Amino acid sequence: MKLFPLPLFASSGARLFALLGLCACLMVVILGQQAHAQSPDDAALLESLGTGSFNDKSEAINSVAASGTPRAGEWLEAMLDGRLQLAGDGTLVIVASTSGRSLEARAALDGAPMGTIERRELKRIPINNALRVQLRGAIATLDLSAEDPAVRRAAAAGLFGRVDDDLVSLIEARLEGEEDESVRAALERALALPRLERGDVTAIEALRGSQDNAVRLALTRAAQSGDAQMAAAAQQALGEIERRAEINRWLQQLFFGLSMGSVLVLAAIGLAITFGVMGVINMAHGELIMLGAYTTWMLQQWLPGQPGLAVLLAIPAGFLVSALVGIVLERGVIRYLKGRPLETLLATFGVSLILQQLVRTMISPQNRSVVTPEWMSGSVMVIDGLSLTLNRLYVMLFAALVFLALLAVMRATRLGLEVRAVTQNRAMARAMGIRASRVDLLTFALGSGVAGLAGVALSQLTNVGPSMGQNYIIDSFMVVVFGGVGNLWGTLVAGLSLGIVNQWLEPWVGAVLAKIAVLVFIILFIQKRPRGLFPQKGRAAEG
Amino acid sequence: MITRALMRNSTLALAIGTGLGLAGPASAQDQGPIKVGILHSLSGTMAISETVLKDEMLMLIEQQNERGGLLGRQLQPVVVDPGSNWPMYAEQARQLLAQDQVDVIFGAWTSVSRKAMLPVVEELNGLLFYPVQYEGEESSQNVFYTGAAPNQQAIPAVDYLIDELGIERFVLAGTDYVYPRTANRILEAYLKDERGIADEDIMINYTPFGHSDWQNIVAQIQQFGSQGKPTAVVSTINGDANVPFYLELANQGVDASDIPVIAFSVGEQELSGIDTGPLVGHLAAWNYFQSIDTDANAEFVDAWQAYTQDDAAVTNDPMEAHYIGFNMWLEAVRKAGTTDVDAVKEAIIGVTVPNLSGGYAAMMPNHHITKPVFIGEIQDDGQFQVVWETPSTVAGDEWSDFLPGSRDLISDWRAPLRCGNLNVQTMSCGGSTAAQEAEAALAE
Repeated sequence: MKLFPLPLFASSGARLFALLGLCACLMVVILGQQAHAQSPDDAALLESLGTGSFNDKSEAINSVAASGTPRAGEWLEAMLDGRLQLAGDGTLVIVASTSGRSLEARAALDGAPMGTIERRELKRIPINNALRVQLRGAIATLDLSAEDPAVRRAAAAGLFGRVDDDLVSLIEARLEGEEDESVRAALERALALPRLERGDVTAIEALRGSQDNAVRLALTRAAQSGDAQMAAAAQQALGEIERRAEINRWLQQLFFGLSMGSVLVLAAIGLAITFGVMGVINMAHGELIMLGAYTTWMLQQWLPGQPGLAVLLAIPAGFLVSALVGIVLERGVIRYLKGRPLETLLATFGVSLILQQLVRTMISPQNRSVVTPEWMSGSVMVIDGLSLTLNRLYVMLFAALVFLALLAVMRATRLGLEVRAVTQNRAMARAMGIRASRVDLLTFALGSGVAGLAGVALSQLTNVGPSMGQNYIIDSFMVVVFGGVGNLWGTLVAGLSLGIVNQWLEPWVGAVLAKIAVLVFIILFIQKRPRGLFPQKGRAAEG
Repeated sequence: MITRALMRNSTLALAIGTGLGLAGPASAQDQGPIKVGILHSLSGTMAISETVLKDEMLMLIEQQNERGGLLGRQLQPVVVDPGSNWPMYAEQARQLLAQDQVDVIFGAWTSVSRKAMLPVVEELNGLLFYPVQYEGEESSQNVFYTGAAPNQQAIPAVDYLIDELGIERFVLAGTDYVYPRTANRILEAYLKDERGIADEDIMINYTPFGHSDWQNIVAQIQQFGSQGKPTAVVSTINGDANVPFYLELANQGVDASDIPVIAFSVGEQELSGIDTGPLVGHLAAWNYFQSIDTDANAEFVDAWQAYTQDDAAVTNDPMEAHYIGFNMWLEAVRKAGTTDVDAVKEAIIGVTVPNLSGGYAAMMPNHHITKPVFIGEIQDDGQFQVVWETPSTVAGDEWSDFLPGSRDLISDWRAPLRCGNLNVQTMSCGGSTAAQEAEAALAE
């Protein structure tokens, strides 16, 4: 679901366009409704939409909206979406969708199906931002008289904040004939702003608590007006709004921090296992993340048209791909370098370069575009004035699930028990019959697989490219070291707190300095507590 | 200081050595193929942008060889890969000029890489065609700047925002390095001094390379834009950091009709990595768009898609710059009758070749070219729709008229003057304080 709170949050520049467009088309709506009974030349109207400069089209949109022709809404919507296109023979067609090689089309004039047409033979009718605003306004005005109450309600809500004097009379007329309660409420609300502008104190009541920017600006103006009663009431309403906005800002800041923190946790948690538990400095960790992201992309290529399903399938697939590469890496390289951290570091760094170049040569040096499924894009309004972006919400949830699953594996499974035994005392564990090298392999595969999961999640937030892993390797080590090596909870707390601190600093000092400040903080912290937030205790750790 | 003296001596020795090397086989060189150096990163972070330019140069050279080469000789590409490592650009340039003895180099993308190559190209007297829009404040007798100077991109873009969209508040957002910082310095001076924009109506924000968490910055932009004045973002954000930036804009619902973003570094290539549906209407300022409807462009795009064997392959502004630069160099060599660097440098000034948007590009005495400026709106198919263009072409201005230090400087590489930073007040070459300081630092 895409939530574009466009008309509500429109800045006044855009609103100016909208108002100009709206009042123009409104006047013609009123005039045109009488005119339509005469000979409506639909063909000429339609043709005017497809030709001429942007200014000509602007006029054409007004005449179409005013004509009262039953197809006006359809035309304008198609034009807004870029689906109104010019075929080779000069007729205007409406295509079902704009993607693909050949498009299913029907005649714009009478809706007659025309089969499929090659995309190369079609030319879309160009529009610009001003026309887009005008089209939205015209469609909303047309929608006010739609059959479906939900459409009418949405149209009325869409007109909020952009109602001028001409529209007022139209909306008042609609209000009289309107029977649906919720549509009436939306219309009343749309009228409140112009009433406030005209000095009607009672309008403030209807606007109380609204987090809309247009309301805030109107109230600010009203609070400076000469009318003492008006000014006081506006001032009071404004105070309430500001307090709510302040709280919203805090909550939003917290969300930003948690969201960044959950990305850090996801990226670092695989490393918390391979580095934290096994003590392997794996510089190719970032590339394992990258492979997970590429798996998502690959699946989307194989399942065209179903990006959501591909992302879901990528969760197990990304885990498996990265885990398999992890197994090869462990068997092929790391096993032979046990207890030689410097050599491990250099060897895995080499592997990281090889993996990057492999992707670059075999797939492309260019970034790949991973489609965000419909249900993951846009934002959801939690309370009035506080919207949270959906993709980040999902990634937070995913991070929490991965963390819990990993915790369960380490606590409640035989593998987890063996891993803990081997890391605490390798010789003793082997004496008890645990095959330490097999445990090493499985642990490394698990850590690598989790890195793959991180890649799947990151593909929804940022670039998928050969060098994407490089951006996360430093952060991951930072989080693991800060949290305390060998401690999953430490990684969680460290990741989240670093995310929050970073996002809290950013508005004050900027993104560049915030990053540096966090690094300096960690350096100082490690000086004081070399074993991190949650140091491992016991003999194994002391040795 | 001993080390510095030593270093100077060794570069001197190197220069003498290479000079001798160059002098030797010169006569033999006139018969063999003409060597064209291609110096673009094919690995590392810049590979995303530069790989296509390498491929494009190979295509142009192939086409030219099919037409019979140049001066009756074949062109031979020499490709090197500096791996997105700035000092490496200088080394590779030295290798191309001294060892491979190429006649011309097409290369570089970021300003740091160009600055790294500059001393080498000047020392060995090479030719470098640089195809990317940049911050200006430079003019070298060995470099030809075929990308846009700030007055060919940034200034017209801001004019469009103010005059056509009525924008009154500006966010200048950029990546933290030399191009955005200089471009924003010029823009800030221009907005304040020439267009009367108040201090509190300008917000400047820098982010590191590859920045991926834009939540806070987009929220700040929204906050800044909600004060009742029409607001726009002027973006000099570079490279792939744009993808998460636009993604966040779309997700937080910043629509182009509320707060339009006009970008100087986002072209078709960058957009090919994003779903542009939610970005429709955001803007970019360039001197070329793939969607431009001319025969020359259709031919170029077709040739490119055939060469890459990819129907979806896109073209972009720096590619057009290389196309123009390559044709200018061909023309200048034909005019001079030789590939000799000094002769070509002399001949190329005033050379005029067709560009891809139906007009002509001319090489000016300051080694910059004339270009039309287009403003395009992003479409949902990843292409741009031109919504505005300058009535005629604009000549590149290397020393900005809006910065106090460079206002009085001009560059003219024609015969009597031959100066890259002539101060028109004092009529002395190297008259700027910046240049004096640089010289003082060198002499120390």
